[in-house]
Amino acid sequence: MKKQSNLYTILYIVVIVILVGAALAVTSMSLKDRQTENANADKMKQILASVHITVPEGEKVSDVFGRYITAQTVVNSEGQVIGEDAFAVNVQEQSKIKDVAKRSLPVYICNLGEKGTKYIIPVYGSGLWGPIWGYVAVDSDGSTVYGAFFAHQGETPGLGAEIEKPHFQKQFRDKHLFKDGRYLPIAVVKKGQQPANGEDYVDGISGGTITSKGVGAMLSDCLTPYKAYLESIKR
Amino acid sequence: MSEKINNKTVLFNPLSKDNPVIVQILGICSALAVTAKVEPALVMGMSVIAVLAFSCVIISLIRKTIPTNIRIIVQLVVIAGLVVIVNQLLQAYAYDVSKQLSVFIGLIITNCILMGRLEAFAMSNKPWPSFLDGVGNGLGYAIILVIVAFFRELLGSGTLFNYPVIPASFYDAGYSNNGLMILPPMALIVVACIIWVHRAHNKELQEK
Repeated sequence: MKKQSNLYTILYIVVIVILVGAALAVTSMSLKDRQTENANADKMKQILASVHITVPEGEKVSDVFGRYITAQTVVNSEGQVIGEDAFAVNVQEQSKIKDVAKRSLPVYICNLGEKGTKYIIPVYGSGLWGPIWGYVAVDSDGSTVYGAFFAHQGETPGLGAEIEKPHFQKQFRDKHLFKDGRYLPIAVVKKGQQPANGEDYVDGISGGTITSKGVGAMLSDCLTPYKAYLESIKR
Repeated sequence: MSEKINNKTVLFNPLSKDNPVIVQILGICSALAVTAKVEPALVMGMSVIAVLAFSCVIISLIRKTIPTNIRIIVQLVVIAGLVVIVNQLLQAYAYDVSKQLSVFIGLIITNCILMGRLEAFAMSNKPWPSFLDGVGNGLGYAIILVIVAFFRELLGSGTLFNYPVIPASFYDAGYSNNGLMILPPMALIVVACIIWVHRAHNKELQEK
């Protein structure tokens, strides 16, 4: 067959594509389990980070996770329990559902012994370049924030990416979700300013304005549906 | 090819005199993105070495069968396939790093060095020299990336490999990290400085 003929060219590309496709399929399938395991371990680490627990070197993440996270629950915006497997809920998809009543809201219940029970709520939103997400741990009074963890996909290092640093996250400690009987999830404002509604606030990152606003919007969007649930744990 | 190919020059030339980044000015795009810290720069460099070396070998092995009118497509299919495999491997065995590099691994596909080497060298040479050429160019790229990342991390964050290296007493004395170094444009300026120093040492590279 002539090397420049159309038939040869077409056959050649078909064979190449099939070979490469097969190689990719094999790699993807053989590594799938490990990848899911890694992704799950990473998610567990992030959840534990919101209650200030770091996994000790040499211990399996899932063991530590199992020790502290004693229960999981999925609730709806009325505060009723609709499921148990919070880990399986895709927060990204849920946060995109406009009708809040239709969202499944996962909660991780964490037992810290003397420090009491904490309720960890996942949040998801957008920063400047891509998605940002995090976990907010609330005390058993349903209002005081015990800790917060945020992560991002591609925010600017040194600016928006600072939301993943402790100096930003520790500002959230002891802030209140309920203020004077009203439910107002924490605002993120420019340093030196105060929010109009009198809610608790933290300082945003200078130079990372859009990411900071993203965090504020994410908190308001994702924590608001939990109002009924948080009121119920307070009782 | 009539001239005899010297394996040693093929491997070592790209490190300095024929460096893909600072002499041929290729692959600058990713040098901007992944050089804020040394660790991702190092992993990115190694990934490029691996992808480049293997794609050179594969293309060189099948170079005589590739129909000329679709050779670019074939090269791209090979590169893209390898990049996806590297990405999958990183996700399975180096999850944290793969998270940090996220989209940039995928962008190796568009790295001009790869297409350039395949088209210029692997298409017309035997597998072994092509492999050396791939490793050499990958190394040349990786070295520049790490040098740029070294300065950016040191001056921008005061750390190296995420360990603080600037003593606290410096900060007490009024020193502060230069946030500008973390921003992408500074990568270009650092690359330019490296080119300047490099050309000053290699007179034959200077344009008249």
